[in-house]
Amino acid sequence: MTNPENVLMLAGVLFTIGALGVMLRRNALVAFMCIELMLNAANLALVTGSTMNGGLDGQVASFFVMVVAAAEVVVGLAIIMTIYRTRRTTSVDDANLLKL
Amino acid sequence: MNTMLMPLFTAPTIEFSALAPILIVFGAACIGVLVDAIMIGRLRGWRDEVQMGLVIGSTLGAFAYVVWNARKGVKGPLAMGSIMLDGPTYVAWGALLVFGLLAIMVFRETKVNGGVTAFASSAATVPGSAEEVEADRYRLQQTEIFPLALFSIVGMMVFASANDLLTLFVGLEVFSLPLYLMCGMARRRRLVSQEASLKYFLLGALSSAFFLFGVALVYAYAGSFKLGDIATKMASPTYGSGLLYTGLILLASGLLFKVGVVPFHNWTPDVYMGAPTPVTGFMAICTKLAAVLATLRVFYVALGAERWSWQPVFATLAVATMVLGAVAGLTQRDVKRMLAYSSIAHAGFLLTAVVGANQTDLGRTPSSVASILFYMIAYGFATIGAFALVTMVRNEAGEDNSFAAWSGLAKKSPWVAGIMTVFLLSFAGIPLTAGFIGKWTVFASAWRGGYGWLVVVAVLASLVAAYFYLRLIGVMFAGEPAAKSYVGEASGWTWVPVAIGAAATIILGILPDAVLSMVSSLGAFLR
Repeated sequence: MTNPENVLMLAGVLFTIGALGVMLRRNALVAFMCIELMLNAANLALVTGSTMNGGLDGQVASFFVMVVAAAEVVVGLAIIMTIYRTRRTTSVDDANLLKL
Repeated sequence: MNTMLMPLFTAPTIEFSALAPILIVFGAACIGVLVDAIMIGRLRGWRDEVQMGLVIGSTLGAFAYVVWNARKGVKGPLAMGSIMLDGPTYVAWGALLVFGLLAIMVFRETKVNGGVTAFASSAATVPGSAEEVEADRYRLQQTEIFPLALFSIVGMMVFASANDLLTLFVGLEVFSLPLYLMCGMARRRRLVSQEASLKYFLLGALSSAFFLFGVALVYAYAGSFKLGDIATKMASPTYGSGLLYTGLILLASGLLFKVGVVPFHNWTPDVYMGAPTPVTGFMAICTKLAAVLATLRVFYVALGAERWSWQPVFATLAVATMVLGAVAGLTQRDVKRMLAYSSIAHAGFLLTAVVGANQTDLGRTPSSVASILFYMIAYGFATIGAFALVTMVRNEAGEDNSFAAWSGLAKKSPWVAGIMTVFLLSFAGIPLTAGFIGKWTVFASAWRGGYGWLVVVAVLASLVAAYFYLRLIGVMFAGEPAAKSYVGEASGWTWVPVAIGAAATIILGILPDAVLSMVSSLGAFLR
């Protein structure tokens, strides 16, 4: 049996990589993929939590998260697509009309 | 095989009658999605009426159900403990339904806009393309904004009443996802609107990822999603508290993002400014109300025992939020952006009562939860009314939100300027308006909680904030009338929310006792 602490660490590392990606990458699509990575890191942590405490709640929760993530992809890709079709770019640096 | 599975999976019990307010609105939203698909040909012209009928019918029906259940005294955990029906839930549901209805009425306004709504005929078309021109010419108006708003209200109702962290997460996403889309649907200045939508989406999704990871860590610590179980587990922990504290910080940052607290406030000015004004009005009050309630529930019910460790953190955030909102508001030259910074300052004032953490009433000072509920009700009526009025000041291209356009408004339309003044005075917390009573109750709550210095900072911040509200009043009444802007003729869809907002703002300022005693009697969370 793997030590759950190590798995939690792995989830933390994945989450950090995702968070850094959102903050550092300029492409909206890549930033969005990094957010998905963060959600999956949370899924891993949920399943690990389930093992640590001997319940099924965490595993069921990860299914909820997958469904919610799918809904988020629908909305997110729709928004990024409209921006791309309007401006022919998905760079978040070019979205600067609201800067005052 | 079946017998082996039996103890693992028991059929859940769902209290349909107690959950009816949520289900009614959810059902109406689902029907609303079908309207665009079914009503074609000659029926097309009736889409708006059907959608508005669904909105008004479902929100008023749900509101009546809330009142009915509250009178019967139905209380306790619902749907296997994932939703808690208690006093604050009743107030939050009622307020969300009323504010949601008033805000959505402004969505329906067409007269002020020359016969069309404030939303793109077809949001999927590229701005400036032939398809967009065609959709506009033939008035091919899509009406998806109404079901989206209803879905959002459902999510907020779940969010404000969720009793476990997983339901909280689902509620958060259900109310956020429609809002991201609604922000990008403006008819005019579509590029700005889409940009607001992208910013809100990316930052919102990031904050919900933080929230979710926090949930996962707290779950790993406590072994349960239920707020009550987490509180119990903290007394006899299995795992180290590092897990709990890391989870808490992540979870809190997700919640405070939605409230708009510094340092998670960056999205507010841009999104408020870029989103269609009716949507901004909806978002400004309903999101904040649901998010504050959820924050309160998590921190009071699950983490009440850890009060001493989170109170100082919240006090620091409250100071930063109030000061930044008030000071940054001073330099704004755009009414919507100014109201965005004002909403940040108000988030700070609300936090002072959260810091106070009084569980019970004492004489005439209500508990923290009750004072926050009253503040949200008072702030909500003024916010809905103010954003509805913002839609009426226009130039040839559409809405004009600059201070220059608002200059000398009183000479063009004394009513618009006069009612806006009432709302601004309420935001500023001048006596005889609802905002004053609201500020008084939250500050009293912080004072009682032993945070006198925080009240002093809050009063100073209110004084600074009062300056920029009064400056706009000065611009409206003393400025030279702007040549290019005019006050649009609006129909009842705008005027009714404005009138209700103004009346409530004044009545709650002069005779607050009825509402104060109601929130006091409903101001305690069940555990």
